[in-house]
Amino acid sequence: MSQANEALAPIDESTAPTEYLINGGDFDAVVAAQRASGDDTLVINMGPQHPSTHGVLRLEVELDGEQVTSIRPGIGFLHSGIEKSMEFRTWSQGSAYVSRMDYIMPMFNETAYCLAVEKLLGIDVPSRANVLRVLVMELNRIASHLVAIGTGGMELGALTVMTIGFREREMILDFFEAVCGTRMNHAYVRPGGVSIDLPENGLDRLRTVIEWLHRHLPEYAGFCNENPIFKGRMQGVANMSLAQAMALGVSGPPLRATGYAWDLRKKQPYCDYDDYNFDVITWDTCDAYGRFRVRLSEMWESLKIVEQCYEKLERSAGAPYMVEDRHLSKPGDLTVGPDGQGNSPAHVKQVMGSSMESLIQHFKLVSEGFKVPVGQVYQAIESPKGELGCQLISDGGTRPYRAHFRDPGFHNLQAVPLLCEGGMISDIVVAVASLDPVLGGVDR
Amino acid sequence: MSPSDKPSAADPSDRKIDAGNASDVAVPAASAQTVTTRQGMWGSGSGDVSGFGGISRPVVRHRRAQRPYGSWFDQVVDRLLALVPGLDDQVNYDHDELTIYVDRQQLLAVARACRDDAHLRFETCPSVSGAHFPDEAGGQLHVIYNLLSMTHNRRLRLEVAVSDDDPSIDSVTSVYPHANWHERETWDMFGVIFEGHPGLTRILMPDDWDGHPLRKDYPLGGVPIEFKGAQVPPPDQRRSY
Repeated sequence: MSQANEALAPIDESTAPTEYLINGGDFDAVVAAQRASGDDTLVINMGPQHPSTHGVLRLEVELDGEQVTSIRPGIGFLHSGIEKSMEFRTWSQGSAYVSRMDYIMPMFNETAYCLAVEKLLGIDVPSRANVLRVLVMELNRIASHLVAIGTGGMELGALTVMTIGFREREMILDFFEAVCGTRMNHAYVRPGGVSIDLPENGLDRLRTVIEWLHRHLPEYAGFCNENPIFKGRMQGVANMSLAQAMALGVSGPPLRATGYAWDLRKKQPYCDYDDYNFDVITWDTCDAYGRFRVRLSEMWESLKIVEQCYEKLERSAGAPYMVEDRHLSKPGDLTVGPDGQGNSPAHVKQVMGSSMESLIQHFKLVSEGFKVPVGQVYQAIESPKGELGCQLISDGGTRPYRAHFRDPGFHNLQAVPLLCEGGMISDIVVAVASLDPVLGGVDR
Repeated sequence: MSPSDKPSAADPSDRKIDAGNASDVAVPAASAQTVTTRQGMWGSGSGDVSGFGGISRPVVRHRRAQRPYGSWFDQVVDRLLALVPGLDDQVNYDHDELTIYVDRQQLLAVARACRDDAHLRFETCPSVSGAHFPDEAGGQLHVIYNLLSMTHNRRLRLEVAVSDDDPSIDSVTSVYPHANWHERETWDMFGVIFEGHPGLTRILMPDDWDGHPLRKDYPLGGVPIEFKGAQVPPPDQRRSY
């Protein structure tokens, strides 16, 4: 400890800034004291517990009046060591871990991870598995954009946008629950395919969701697009040009709002995205309003893809949704029925009684896991927030040697000083919301 | 099973997956770099499922590719070799991805060439991360840079190895400003010092934290759990295969 103290400069009491602890109701005293000290610069700590910082984001803001002269984001409050924990779990269990990183877009985390594992394994998944992945990802993209627009609107005082946003998202989460049993933290996408096929009434439920979204998505445009308050708060705020976006490596809607149509689904297709018909949305205003409009239109493009998935799923009913290699998929074919119950006792008896080898293989897959060849891969996908990258290193064992996630929120938060410095303190909220970081993913 | 028992495994395209068999991992014998040999009780790869077959397999990492690398890889490597004098032709092209192993003295020159040269034009560096290989003498800490060229729609990986004793690398923030937080994270998690970084502080862990959590010598932590009278050990002390 003594060494650490010597390394720090001693605090000179005569020049140390005055510190205030604001507990509510005592602003008059603070203002009076600040006026008496004659110091115009105010340093404010916004967060980590603040309703408009999208989770536990800390912003150290230096203010001159209401103008931001310096802003530094501080992260790490939600760090949960997911990358470290994954090194001690099997490759299949990793899917359940990554689901919890950016909990607003779990399907993307899982798919990025599984694509990377499959690249290491050198396998292709069945086409129906790809369609199911695209389906859940695009529904998840709509849900994620709804949260971005809804919470962003709430922070501006547009509470209705939030309440209707969560209403639509609820429909999507209900569908996820019907498919894989959980509303969040799905662990639905697994190395080799997906964990379970659509339930018996899955396509009907999907049709309901599609019709619901068709009916209700126009409401956001109606509420926001020409709303003078909304436009007044968003237009010309948090500007970032294409050159700045490139220097900061920003991806996702903030990049596309500068007019550059960079979308990994088109540029570096994965999961057969080249089989789908959709457009890459761009906007040319480089501001928070542009990012909002990109997200709004992207939801419609996602809905287009979901409808194409519906047709593909209808055609491929009964096709495999998991690789048939029994070294990867469990020989038991255990599933959950629409009543929430597992396989019939007869099926279990058949698995247990008919093939000793299948039973052993099933046991080994669960307890030991499968081995993945030595290698290193980086797999990037277009998540709702930007490029989500998964870097995996395998040493040939049943566990990842190293798993790293390049979260778009983590990267894009670096742009906060550029977006906010020189602007007003009230625009910080708009700027951060327009980047749409989710701290579960940022801190991992 | 030693590699000499399986001469057919020299074909890199023969990537067989087997839940019980690690030795089937295909390794080109000529360019393999065996780090160590792993011994253990389980997972021999034989038909014997009793678990007592015994395992002995070489740990091989960072394979080196032989020319031609294929696709656009040869052009990019040739261009880099021309632009950066003294750069070694140390390349791996696994899984359709190109990795160039770079000495730390040349990292900045390589990064600058990658960004500025019109034939390369890797405008952004979306990800920097580390990896710790305690058994690689002289190069325990690896820093991995994933570059992206939007102009040419290509991805490239640079990998730099430094030793635990002298874990310093030039920061690429002067070339890729957005590598800032990624380098801070790599410092935080692995203890790699990036020389010339504008503010190399911890980013995910608290400022006064001891140690670098993602290093292999840093324990996962955890306590044994009692279940029906038996003790289940914490995850890092369970049997590994």
